[in-house]
Amino acid sequence: MLDVKAGDEQSFGLLLHRYRSPLVNFLYRMVRNREQAEDLAQEVFLRVYRAREEYVPSAKFTTWLFRIATNLALNSLRDNRYQRMEISLDAPVTVDAEDGEEKALDVAEKHPNIEQHLIEETRRKMIRHAIEKLPEKQRAAVLLHKYQELDYGEIAKILQCSESALKSLLFRAYETLRVELAPLVAQQGKL
Amino acid sequence: MENKILGYVDGRLKEGERLEVEKHLATCAACRVRVNEFRAVRGLLDELPVIEPSSAFDLRVHARVAAEPVKQSWWAWFTPSPRVAFAASLLLLATVWIGTHSSNNPPQIAQDDIPVLENYDVLSSFDPLTELPPPVQADEATQQNQQM
Repeated sequence: MLDVKAGDEQSFGLLLHRYRSPLVNFLYRMVRNREQAEDLAQEVFLRVYRAREEYVPSAKFTTWLFRIATNLALNSLRDNRYQRMEISLDAPVTVDAEDGEEKALDVAEKHPNIEQHLIEETRRKMIRHAIEKLPEKQRAAVLLHKYQELDYGEIAKILQCSESALKSLLFRAYETLRVELAPLVAQQGKL
Repeated sequence: MENKILGYVDGRLKEGERLEVEKHLATCAACRVRVNEFRAVRGLLDELPVIEPSSAFDLRVHARVAAEPVKQSWWAWFTPSPRVAFAASLLLLATVWIGTHSSNNPPQIAQDDIPVLENYDVLSSFDPLTELPPPVQADEATQQNQQM
């Protein structure tokens, strides 16, 4: 980021390459709409670019980046502008036939794969639902904790709360997930 | 213990805290179950697929960055741009060059004109010139044209 601040355009490209996927995934899980997640992620990078000259490395770059992303996501959710564009995450995942070989398979041979696919998709649907049902701040905390693997101090700065408040927030969120996902948790326990 | 259970599951506790939690877990069945369930939840969250940004994502970001207006501080008013500085330098050089060359070569009077000026007295008393008709006034010329 310091190179970007110094006017190095290539370094901005490197930042984009490194953080676009984590940002898009984080925002997608926050706002539940892919198109909107990409728009917001673009906005995050634009804000980083605009603020490059004022950037002071007082905190980790990821903390700053995800703070911008979290604020944008929370504002967007409250704003509700994109509500009519929302596409439910429940929409079935489309699987493209990779080649002609699949067509040649016998239905009996394909059946176990379909069944397995349906089971996995049902599990994923339950997990998505459980995350969606979390209050927005808890959802952001879980996503930053689980998928970005940020430490408690960083997440607390992003969500502008104390570290102990964050630990309580996370505990409540994982408790909710544990209850919501009880059938799957029980299955996991047996494995 | 609540705040430490998740840290224990994450493996983010300090050594002293970890030992404290393990000591508690040895005697508390409910917390042992909780630890196992939190581990299961974390495992379930891993099942969600990772999505890739669309292929046009980078292009869109670069396009939006390129469309950003160039920021100029008030100090920029006093800082000449390279083009302006170059043009000003050329103008200055041209002025100096013209000034230098004009002082070295003062305007010269054509030598051929001098005898004509010297013979002014001769021309002023040249007889054929006195025989010429007086200059025609504008009004008279108009009247003559109308008569014709």
